[in-house]
Amino acid sequence: VVVHVEVRRGAYADSVALLQVSRDVAAVDGVESAQVAMATPLNVEVLAGMGFEVPACSPNDMVVAIRLGGEGDRAGLDAALAAVDAALRGGPRSTGATVEEPPRTTASAFRRAGGALALVSTPGASAVVEAVDALEAGHDVMVFSDNVPLAHEVALKRLASERGLLVMGPDCGTALVGGVGLGFADVVMSGSGPTVGIVAASGTGCQQLMCLLSYAGVTVGAALGVGGRDLSAEVGGLSTREALHRLDADGSIDRVLLVSKPPDDAVAVALHEATGAMATPVDLALLGPGQPDLTTVAETVLRALGVDSPTWPRWTESSAERRAPARTEGHLRGLFVGGTLCTEAAIIVRDRLGADAGHTFVDFGDDDYTRGRAHPMIDPTLRLEEVARAAADPETAVLLLDVVLGHGAEPDPAALLAPAVEAATRDHGVPVVVACVGTEADPQGLSRQAEALAAAGADVFLSNRDATMTALDMLERA
Amino acid sequence: MTLPTSPLDGVVTVGADLLATALESQGTDVHRVDWRPPMEGTEEHLATVALDPRRADANRRAVEAVLAVQAGLVDVAPASEVLGLAQGEFLHAGPPIGWDRASGPLRGALMGAAAFEGLVDDPEQAAHMFAAGDLTFEPCHHHGAVGPMAGVVSPSMWMFVLEDADSGRRTYCSLNEGLGKVLRYGAYGPDVLDRLHWMTRVLGPLLRDAVHATVDAQGPVDVTGILTQMLQMGDEAHNRNRAGTLMLLRDLSPAMVGSGHATDDVSAALRFVGGNDHFFLNLAMPACKLALDAARGIAGSTMVVAMARNGTDFGIQVAGTDDQWFTGPAQVPDGLFLGSYGPDDANPDIGDSAITETAGIGGFSMATAPAIVRLVGGTVPDAFATTRRMREITLTANPRWTIPVLDFTGAPTGIDVAAVCRTGILPQINTGMAGKVAGTGQVGAGLVTPPAEVFPAALAALAARVG
Repeated sequence: VVVHVEVRRGAYADSVALLQVSRDVAAVDGVESAQVAMATPLNVEVLAGMGFEVPACSPNDMVVAIRLGGEGDRAGLDAALAAVDAALRGGPRSTGATVEEPPRTTASAFRRAGGALALVSTPGASAVVEAVDALEAGHDVMVFSDNVPLAHEVALKRLASERGLLVMGPDCGTALVGGVGLGFADVVMSGSGPTVGIVAASGTGCQQLMCLLSYAGVTVGAALGVGGRDLSAEVGGLSTREALHRLDADGSIDRVLLVSKPPDDAVAVALHEATGAMATPVDLALLGPGQPDLTTVAETVLRALGVDSPTWPRWTESSAERRAPARTEGHLRGLFVGGTLCTEAAIIVRDRLGADAGHTFVDFGDDDYTRGRAHPMIDPTLRLEEVARAAADPETAVLLLDVVLGHGAEPDPAALLAPAVEAATRDHGVPVVVACVGTEADPQGLSRQAEALAAAGADVFLSNRDATMTALDMLERA
Repeated sequence: MTLPTSPLDGVVTVGADLLATALESQGTDVHRVDWRPPMEGTEEHLATVALDPRRADANRRAVEAVLAVQAGLVDVAPASEVLGLAQGEFLHAGPPIGWDRASGPLRGALMGAAAFEGLVDDPEQAAHMFAAGDLTFEPCHHHGAVGPMAGVVSPSMWMFVLEDADSGRRTYCSLNEGLGKVLRYGAYGPDVLDRLHWMTRVLGPLLRDAVHATVDAQGPVDVTGILTQMLQMGDEAHNRNRAGTLMLLRDLSPAMVGSGHATDDVSAALRFVGGNDHFFLNLAMPACKLALDAARGIAGSTMVVAMARNGTDFGIQVAGTDDQWFTGPAQVPDGLFLGSYGPDDANPDIGDSAITETAGIGGFSMATAPAIVRLVGGTVPDAFATTRRMREITLTANPRWTIPVLDFTGAPTGIDVAAVCRTGILPQINTGMAGKVAGTGQVGAGLVTPPAEVFPAALAALAARVG
């Protein structure tokens, strides 16, 4: 067995690129495991978990860790390292045959090429600097980055507010602007019916609503993310107000839907004034205990628009033996990639069973899991490991998962998740319920993904509420 | 205000490439930033400075102030008169330094200057007087002056006096001695001192009279204007000053001939100036300093107003941090060597001439001087790439100083400390190389960058001043 751990000081590639590098290297003959990652504390921990000893290094260093299987030798290692270098060289950075070097800052990019807005997804500590560049160039900015300090957010939004510009985010996972999906974005079709504009302090909450409304035949004309902290006392709803103002001014929007956690009291007053002054009707969807869930909100909006709510789709294996019966004891384990989907499921369960029932909900998109790593919608590794662990745990009664489709997300999430579902249902007898948030027009295809998961034994829903309720029913029937 | 449903006219993406690809797959124009982590440990200071409400306006004012300066040559006079330099006092290039840490060429130039002033018979005798503090030396920059290479100025040396007409501010620089064995490269042999004596006795007074006559007849010699023209004639005004030197002669020679000085002296002076391609460097430098000094002390500005080296330390000063120096070890340039000299003979970087790069010319405008790319060990494509790359770390492109071969793009001007820390791109400086042993003279020419650490240090000081 050959183990190779190498720290490349000052080398850098983004976490998504490194994910691909790691996969390429892991696929080399003789390589048992491989990880190429920036040496953030989280990644060093992951490497340690894989059995690699990482020497002292800083988050600005790149670690190349490779383990060769039984017959591994020097030649095998050389081949693996050559694959590392080839994969690092590959990708969009080296394809340019132009003489001109690419811009190195957002300010430079706007100066050279123009553009309407900036999409910032650097590590959180650096996001504000790029975002300020965009605002100073007179452009709106979407900050996809998470781990952005609150003080940065407040200062950034004040700067934007002075200039009549919009900051979407930080930690803004999705937006739909000018018909283009930014970040993790579902493809919604425009229909002949009414058009809704969404202002969302929640990324996956917004995606859930877009997908439900789209399924019901309503056009979602625009979705502006504002970041989860926008309606806090510190931020004061600056982005929400600007986003509402924009949607109100846009003649093609018939109705506005605002999705957020309940705002701070003082912010709620200001918000109420802002919505009261709008010509376009506004529905508020405030997520939290005792509040309606997202599916119920979508149904309310549909009613207001005079559109019948459809029966939300469900995919399930017809032969009952593929589906595991519920365990008679144990707990519900919710393992999510979507933060709002996770919170919503937890609230539904708590509202029905109380807080101390022992059921657990983990959001793998939380900041703690994404320092120096790609979001779990892109890199499912950490959740897949946990799915396998939870399935093997006799304390697990039912697994509740989500899958989020759209641009930016994994090209085929079911490909990796279905085997894990099958192992849980068949090998461990643990039933699996999945909320699959997407549309037929998404690159992954809603039905294609849902059917693949159902074939593996999962019970699959478009509505996260319906998925959660089904998992609860299983618990209670048990 | 952009309406949420109006078509999206292109997106600038910075960060994960996957998100850029997702936009392209929807048919959107994407302009990618090649983002990399900033210099280590600078994230917090970069955010503080980016969010400093004074910064954008302060930098705009700094740029405007620099671009508004019109440098005119108004006088030529001894340093004792215009700088109040007393016998036994000397100026030198770069940030402050003591004799104990002074490099060979700086020591050689100071020793030669002491002999030139008649303080000692043999330059070697001056060493212990400098060491003991009997003879003193301070940075040129602390006296409104700049000096190439060792940059040593002594009271008897004649200085160009440049003035900004609007403000009346002045800057100073000595007369250029030529290349090879010269004082500014640390040489102090008899021929070096003889030349300095001739410059003091003949050249200085002749140029003074010619400049006075020219000023009286048609106003100051427009140094900024000559810089504009020479950039279009293949000079980058640091390592190539051929066109500038000839234009200066064009402007001054009628008055030199008509000055009443002895014909032999006029002839020798014309031959000396015309035969020294670098003569104009000593006008380009104080013109750049005059422009950059206009931005000094603008609170909140992250613009570099001076880069200077003393052969041991490389120092920068920044508009928003007053007269504080941020220093690190001067690097040894990478380039070509004269004769049998090699890298082991070269002293670390020295001279105030990096004031040209600070103002956007020299290495920053390398693209306009393809004739000398080989002198500094490069290629023409390198030169184009360098000028474009320097735009990534500068606040503006000078609308007056343009580069024809880059479609009249302006010289990248106003180094932004924050942009340097963000991109890790260091200013590129064209430079001569002095021999590290005192008395040697020039050994080569090449390219050099500042030590990276001076920029994070300056950034930290800027961040500390944010209220």
